[in-house]
Amino acid sequence: MSLLELSNEAKALGVGVLSPLGAFTPGERVAKLLEAARLLRISAIKTIAAAGMGHVGGDLSVSDILATLFFGVLHLDPKNPAWPERDRFILSKGHCAAALYSALAMRGFIAADALSTFMAPLSALNGHPNRRKVPGVEANTGPLGHGLPIAVGCAIAARLAKADWRTFVVLGDGELQEGSNWEAAMAAGHRGLANLTAIVDRNRLQQGARTEDTNRLEPLADKWRAFGWEVAEQDGHDIAGLFDFLSTRGTDRPRCLIARTIKGKGVSFMEDKVEWHHKVPNAQQVADALQELAR
Amino acid sequence: MNVEAMPQSPETFDCRIAFAEQLTALARADRRIVAVCNDSVGSSNLVGFVKEFPDRLINVGIAEQTMVGVAAGLANGGFIPFVCGASPFLTGRALEQIKADIAYNHYHVVLCGMSPGMAYGELGPTHHSIEDLAWLRAIADLTIVVPADPAETKSAMQWAVGANRPIFLRIGRYKVPAVGGAFEAGKIGTLRNGKDITLAATGTLVSRALEAANLLKRRGIEARVLNVSTIKPLDEETLLKAARETGRIVTAEEAVVHGGLGSAVAELLSQRHPVPMRILGVPEFAPTGSTSFLLDHFGLNAAGLAAAALELIG
Repeated sequence: MSLLELSNEAKALGVGVLSPLGAFTPGERVAKLLEAARLLRISAIKTIAAAGMGHVGGDLSVSDILATLFFGVLHLDPKNPAWPERDRFILSKGHCAAALYSALAMRGFIAADALSTFMAPLSALNGHPNRRKVPGVEANTGPLGHGLPIAVGCAIAARLAKADWRTFVVLGDGELQEGSNWEAAMAAGHRGLANLTAIVDRNRLQQGARTEDTNRLEPLADKWRAFGWEVAEQDGHDIAGLFDFLSTRGTDRPRCLIARTIKGKGVSFMEDKVEWHHKVPNAQQVADALQELAR
Repeated sequence: MNVEAMPQSPETFDCRIAFAEQLTALARADRRIVAVCNDSVGSSNLVGFVKEFPDRLINVGIAEQTMVGVAAGLANGGFIPFVCGASPFLTGRALEQIKADIAYNHYHVVLCGMSPGMAYGELGPTHHSIEDLAWLRAIADLTIVVPADPAETKSAMQWAVGANRPIFLRIGRYKVPAVGGAFEAGKIGTLRNGKDITLAATGTLVSRALEAANLLKRRGIEARVLNVSTIKPLDEETLLKAARETGRIVTAEEAVVHGGLGSAVAELLSQRHPVPMRILGVPEFAPTGSTSFLLDHFGLNAAGLAAAALELIG
């Protein structure tokens, strides 16, 4: 399937502008979101394979989260990316740009055929996202520990403006070793920013090893709670559970979802393998991966 | 000599006072303006602002990285944040946030480095911000402005509100006299014309360059005095003209001699119109002393500038 066909298939999902899934029954919604996640994984793998570069493991662990957000939760207008009332989404783990670009293409912010230029010379699609070149990107991330402070600023802005839009930020688990996250978590908890939701892609692997063998994060939920957040821990590949949590507004404090995920999810030979952090699949591996992701 | 005829020391001003007055005035006129600080309400002189706009001061506590990231998010949400923190910690602790979150994102955020240079005198090099100009000059898309007096501080802030780009303002604490001349973004102010040598100074050193020009005049030397309030982008035209017309340039700044104003001028002139130069600034971690003492210690005064000029003239 070409990227163009992929785009058409995404369009055929009926996922368009502004709460596209609102009219579906819960069962239909889950089916649509699962399909969006499957297409997103295919797109990310193809994008990385074409570029010969990328971070496939984290792209696959975050795919269900991105699909649920972009196709089920976020209020966005691809025809007007700067719409002031849009929800803000920040991918703090900016190295998973291929997954983000895939979501943006499937949602209509960028052309699907642009994905084939990922990391090519002079392409708008840099290895880490650039908001000035890619519509739908809110913040240029890449250095870790930057997304949450920016998201806290967005949430304060919405509160100051007395606006209803929400802010979502996806954090890698390894990046929680950066102290700036905890500065920002403290500030958000102190301010009771109920319009802010952080999702930790808890795949338990960082670039070089397991998080718990590198610089232990657990008890992670307790840490967030101690900083004044409402915390839930659940399966980060359970679309229905993701949708229920992410579509619910907070009451008096920021919300953190620790999404238990598997790095490389959906491709058996990549799952939970540290080397697939940024290893690039060869042609046979791409074919095998797509075979596994075929319906 | 009677007392009336004796030269009076001019009145001097802490630019943070003008900064605070102007921030409050600008905030009255524009609801998008907010202040972000790191427990620096007092040191940034924001007490009046917070009294009038309690919701529009976002104090994140002692957390500079978050302070700068939060400002980026506020800009994303349509506000114009003035980030107010002591310059050594704002620029040193949050350097990557300034680069990535503000400059690379190209957010309209005004980073206000308070009490820069050696303003914290006896507190020592940990609290001195002599590296800020060098660090920030290396960051693309960031405009760097160093007002020389209260009037220039206010007009630079007024400009910043409409500039729609990432900006660093270096707001002095050490008291300086009014130097005159209006701030024009990206333009060097020519405070005094002269044909024999150019004294190009910034911030606290501008008034001292004017004093040095007076000393040189007694020796029959006409010094041109330039107020380089916009360090980046540099007003190349005015500097090249000065190099062509005076043939020698002394630069002076309350900053490390590597990478600041002197380096910027040398980068330009060495490639376009080389002339003999002297770069005056701070060459090392400062010893213990007041700001005034340290400026004298490093020759960053009228006598030091005049001596460097005489050395160049030979």
